[in-house]
Amino acid sequence: MLNCDAAVVGGGVVGAAIAYGLAELKLDTVLIDEGDVAFRAARGNFGLVWVQSKGIGCPPYSSLTRRSADNWLRLAEEVKQVTGVDIAYSRPGGVHLCLGEQEFTDRAAVMKQLEAQTEGRFQYEMLDHRMLSEMLPGLGPDVTGGSYSPLDGHANPLFLLRGLHAGFRNRAGRALINAPVHRIRPLAGAFDVEAGNETVRAQKLVLAAGLANAKLASDVGLRVPVHPLRGQILVSEKVRSFLRIPTLHVRQTTEGSVLMGDSHEDVGFDDGTRPDIMAEIARRATRAFPFLRSARIVRAWGALRVMTPDGIPIYDQSESCPGAFCAAAHSGITLAATHAFDLPRWIAEGALPPEFDAFSARRFDVH
Amino acid sequence: MFTKVGDGDRDLVKVIFEDKEIMAPPGQSVAAVLLAEGIRSCRETPVSGEPRGPYCMMGICFECLVVIDGEPNQQACMRTVREGMLIKRQHGVAQIGPDAKAESDPAE
Repeated sequence: MLNCDAAVVGGGVVGAAIAYGLAELKLDTVLIDEGDVAFRAARGNFGLVWVQSKGIGCPPYSSLTRRSADNWLRLAEEVKQVTGVDIAYSRPGGVHLCLGEQEFTDRAAVMKQLEAQTEGRFQYEMLDHRMLSEMLPGLGPDVTGGSYSPLDGHANPLFLLRGLHAGFRNRAGRALINAPVHRIRPLAGAFDVEAGNETVRAQKLVLAAGLANAKLASDVGLRVPVHPLRGQILVSEKVRSFLRIPTLHVRQTTEGSVLMGDSHEDVGFDDGTRPDIMAEIARRATRAFPFLRSARIVRAWGALRVMTPDGIPIYDQSESCPGAFCAAAHSGITLAATHAFDLPRWIAEGALPPEFDAFSARRFDVH
Repeated sequence: MFTKVGDGDRDLVKVIFEDKEIMAPPGQSVAAVLLAEGIRSCRETPVSGEPRGPYCMMGICFECLVVIDGEPNQQACMRTVREGMLIKRQHGVAQIGPDAKAESDPAE
């Protein structure tokens, strides 16, 4: 039996960020991870810290995203200081490229809506081909323009994951790996988590197990209706730096690799790749930047996004089992700063703030 | 480190690595020919600048990148030697992009 103040189920980027924050608050925390049989959305991520287009029609989500993005520099600097791991974070702004007039018109309407619902706090510009070309040299003629927001940025998601785990351990956190959770038993004022061959007794419980949250939640009176949505990513050989500003579909890492992605497929729990989807990703990327045709692809993979029915994160606390919380989001990178700084404080205090009611899964209940 | 088992009766082909002429058995990979010549490293990494050379010999690790006939980032283990082939070290990243200079131009 392992006794602790808090158990976090899920060693991905959401669970690791929360555990990192709980350990900073001096809670004796155990991070429980299933092992490499898990789907590992955190290891298939594109690496955007993205504000534009998040939370359209849901002002609390756009505010949450903005808050996390604004705290990202602090997170990157703190992780570097605590662990020495450089997450390669930068915030040069970001661009959503539009191919064709229709995409440009649609994008302009969406950006206007986001600006209106944030009372002007959301900053962006719609740039035509000529203006965008000054920002992104080598842009192809098919690009009609795009939306630019100075609020966007990017980072290395694998270094983030590594840094959060290292920081958690530096702060005396304990990690229980290769320990799939079979069952969670709520007790009076505590939880027994049966994980691998171990039982973890924790006063507080945080479910951050990605797609597995759907199954685990009912043990503690929560509901987390998440489903997989596959994305595929292509990675090129390292080439000379040409793209300082990330775009939604194409970004270049500090080391020089070019990542291409943003496909969406509803294929269940299959995290493989498919040539037709990869071809479509490459087609869009080379229409945006024609010179990428001469770049060689060295890797490709599929990964499963953790999607809620409306695409908005779920943060919830159990009514029947006080002390049990859950977090589920497909934007684990963008929201990492909120997961590391804000959520742990509320979990330690014992309740999510009233403005988080918007993220409760109760919104899916039929009234 | 490596010993040739003999070139057989085949006609050798001449390739050039940097400024060095190498007589190589046809059908061999560029990586095998470099190793047989005692050339252990053929590039420097773009990130740390460390020297790197052929490792997996089967197209997976991307450690053996060279410039072949002006084309950067070629996997030496996946290319077969050919008469007159010009092979150069891959220095750092490949130069592609909107205003790429032909740094690896064979005429250079």
